[in-house]
Amino acid sequence: MKNTFKISLGFLMIAVAITSCNNGNSSKSKGALSSSAAEKVYIAPGEHDEFYAFLSGGFSGQLAVYGLPSGRLFKVIPVFSVDAEKAYGFNEETKPMLNTSHGFIPWGDSHHPDMSQTNGELDGRWIFINENNTPRIARIDLTTFETVEILEIPNTAGNHSSSYVTDNTEYVIAGTRFSIPIPQRDMPIKDYKGNFKGTLSFIKVDPESGEMNLKFQILMPGFNYDKAHPGRGKSHGWFFYTTYNTEEAHTLLEVNASQNDKDFIAAINWKKIEAYVNNGGGKKMAANYAHNVYDESTHSATSTMKKEVIMVDPADVPGAIYFLPTPKSPHGCDIDPSGEYIVASGKLSSNLTIHSFTKMLDAIENEKFAGDAYGIPILNFEDILAGVVEQAGLGPLHTEFDGEGNAYTSFFISSEVVKWKLGTWEVIDRKNTYYSVGHVMIPGGNSQKPYGKYLLALNKITKDRYLPTGPEVTQSAQLYDITGGKMELLLDFPTIGEPHYAAAIPADLIKSKSKKLYKLEENKHPYAALTDDDTKVVRNGNEVHIYMTTIRSHFNPDNIEGIKVGDKVYFHVTNLEQDYDVPHGIAMIGAQTSELLIMPGQTETFIWYPKLVGVWPFYCTDFCSALHQEMQGYVRVSPKDSDIELSWGLGDDDE
Amino acid sequence: MKTPKILSLFFVLLMFSCGENEEKKQESSKVKLKTTEKKAEVKKTTTKPSETIDLTNKGVGPISSITLNAEIDQAMAANGKEIYKKMCTACHRATKKFIGPPPVGILEKRTPEWIMNMILNPDGMVKNDPLAKKLLMEFNGSPMANQNLSQEEARAVLEYFRTL
Repeated sequence: MKNTFKISLGFLMIAVAITSCNNGNSSKSKGALSSSAAEKVYIAPGEHDEFYAFLSGGFSGQLAVYGLPSGRLFKVIPVFSVDAEKAYGFNEETKPMLNTSHGFIPWGDSHHPDMSQTNGELDGRWIFINENNTPRIARIDLTTFETVEILEIPNTAGNHSSSYVTDNTEYVIAGTRFSIPIPQRDMPIKDYKGNFKGTLSFIKVDPESGEMNLKFQILMPGFNYDKAHPGRGKSHGWFFYTTYNTEEAHTLLEVNASQNDKDFIAAINWKKIEAYVNNGGGKKMAANYAHNVYDESTHSATSTMKKEVIMVDPADVPGAIYFLPTPKSPHGCDIDPSGEYIVASGKLSSNLTIHSFTKMLDAIENEKFAGDAYGIPILNFEDILAGVVEQAGLGPLHTEFDGEGNAYTSFFISSEVVKWKLGTWEVIDRKNTYYSVGHVMIPGGNSQKPYGKYLLALNKITKDRYLPTGPEVTQSAQLYDITGGKMELLLDFPTIGEPHYAAAIPADLIKSKSKKLYKLEENKHPYAALTDDDTKVVRNGNEVHIYMTTIRSHFNPDNIEGIKVGDKVYFHVTNLEQDYDVPHGIAMIGAQTSELLIMPGQTETFIWYPKLVGVWPFYCTDFCSALHQEMQGYVRVSPKDSDIELSWGLGDDDE
Repeated sequence: MKTPKILSLFFVLLMFSCGENEEKKQESSKVKLKTTEKKAEVKKTTTKPSETIDLTNKGVGPISSITLNAEIDQAMAANGKEIYKKMCTACHRATKKFIGPPPVGILEKRTPEWIMNMILNPDGMVKNDPLAKKLLMEFNGSPMANQNLSQEEARAVLEYFRTL
């Protein structure tokens, strides 16, 4: 009996296996379960990925660096939030990076990374990203993969229609999602309509240094400016912003901002306004906003408060701004690589609206206006329409391009990516995402030269896709192969925070420029100890400065006496290593701050307030060599009234 | 009834182990003394890697052959001294053992090529040069850091070593 049972159970299992095999073969692609998908994303140990992908960290405030197609996470670049691991926002050198007109802000909400371009192609020099909550734009250097500049954007609230880059990185732009009183003042909220304003900001980028300067702001009607993209090629010189809440509601926007059948895309001829400003146009307006710059030679950031901005009233520059009527609270505003098509995703519509840049210019030339809003001419919807992708899905958000005449749009509500053809507007393919996709990204997919090959869907919800981790589960990215007629899901991988937008570039364009170390001879940090001769401990009242060095595997000095309770002790630590990938860390017991993680040739500083008498150890936190465990030191802390003199040393260092 | 028995057993064990520990302590200090004596003996009979003279081995790395002029190039040596001061003194003292061995007299024990390869290719040397391997052990496994000197800089440091 037993045997029979076993045998029949065996048969049953085989039968189940066969059935499930059949299911697998007949159903749609099973993504990474199919062997060909696995091969396509497999990067053998020691080999490099084909693309770098930079994914916004959303409410983590950071920018994550992944490899594609493998989906491996290489680095989380701290941008708008403190990072105790890297001492970003904790050490004295980087604290100024997070200074704002509201003081030091330890957190941010990062959204839309966009890479610098030359002639409409990715040039791999910098990547920009916006912060939504305390409006800021950051620039990350792609030789060091570090945040090197943060510019606060005044007269802005909810810095969301940002940080997109023009064909030659002439400008990186920002825009306000929430309109506010400008200048800020005490007034009743119910008086919003007609009194609140929105600004669009044009930040000039220095072609050599990359440094950002807020060149001018445009004072727009009090709508919500949601997303933006620059013109490309033939439309270079223009910028397009989607708007919603043209109703100018100030409460229950969920209902009240969804009344109008159409909102607008604002078309901005920035070249025209730039010329106007260059000729002295615009009004100087008092402002207060932080400009924070990290200097690679001093390894330190400085924060400067800027006090003025040039404000442009559209009424003063006729012919520079037009409104393109666009259905149903449009979100994404994406320009195809030729610059002809302006793709708008009316998020409450099931259709996609595509405007024609050529038709727009014709209508402007022939002054065919349907009216105006606060003096800004409104064009006729029918005059500028290039086409409509009918009933493509539910809740369209964003579109990217593959450079071969195809567009890919995300649909949040129906959780899918839809591939359609530019010009014929026919849907070619659709694939599910898991779940609720926001942005999609194709390497170079918002430039004149998309690299195609892959599409990354950036999902808000994962539910059951991974091992559960309590109520909070990861958000995700999903990689699709787009080389064939049909998209194929290859891989999904978890992300940090919320991945809004992303940018990707062929690794070959930047990996050879990636810096390996900082040269000691270029270190201009005011408290650097560049040789052992420079090591010292200096007292100035109750402030003590320790000029310390590290090299495998010791600190110099490693014994310090004469520190007193109530002192403010600065550890200025220089890593003397000049070899690739030999960072040292340092942590001090009782220091109410993070560790330091110091790259070769770099100097960093933390402050320790000794509160207790005793002998207190510090040590290296990054396993640096076989003698890492020996890399330690002691500080003797004496009572406040002690007369023990400062002394320091390392070994029997009497030469 | 049971509990007290176990308790007393526990106490006995505790006492016993305490006694054992003390014994061990004494033992270990004895052992220490013995090894020191041993070391002293060894010193007399075998040469340390740092004292070994090997004037044929050119080491492993980018330098295969260099010629030294009879006369020391003082300008180059002065430059070398500066570089040495900046890049090497974290671990080396000119005339005495520190983290690593002193460079004084090094040219009487090593070929110029070996010295430069040790500066330019410490990782490769420790892996592939038998003497460098032994030196690593003599110096407590403390690795020679690659300070990324150019060949020209390493050559200048070598010239400085000739002046010591």
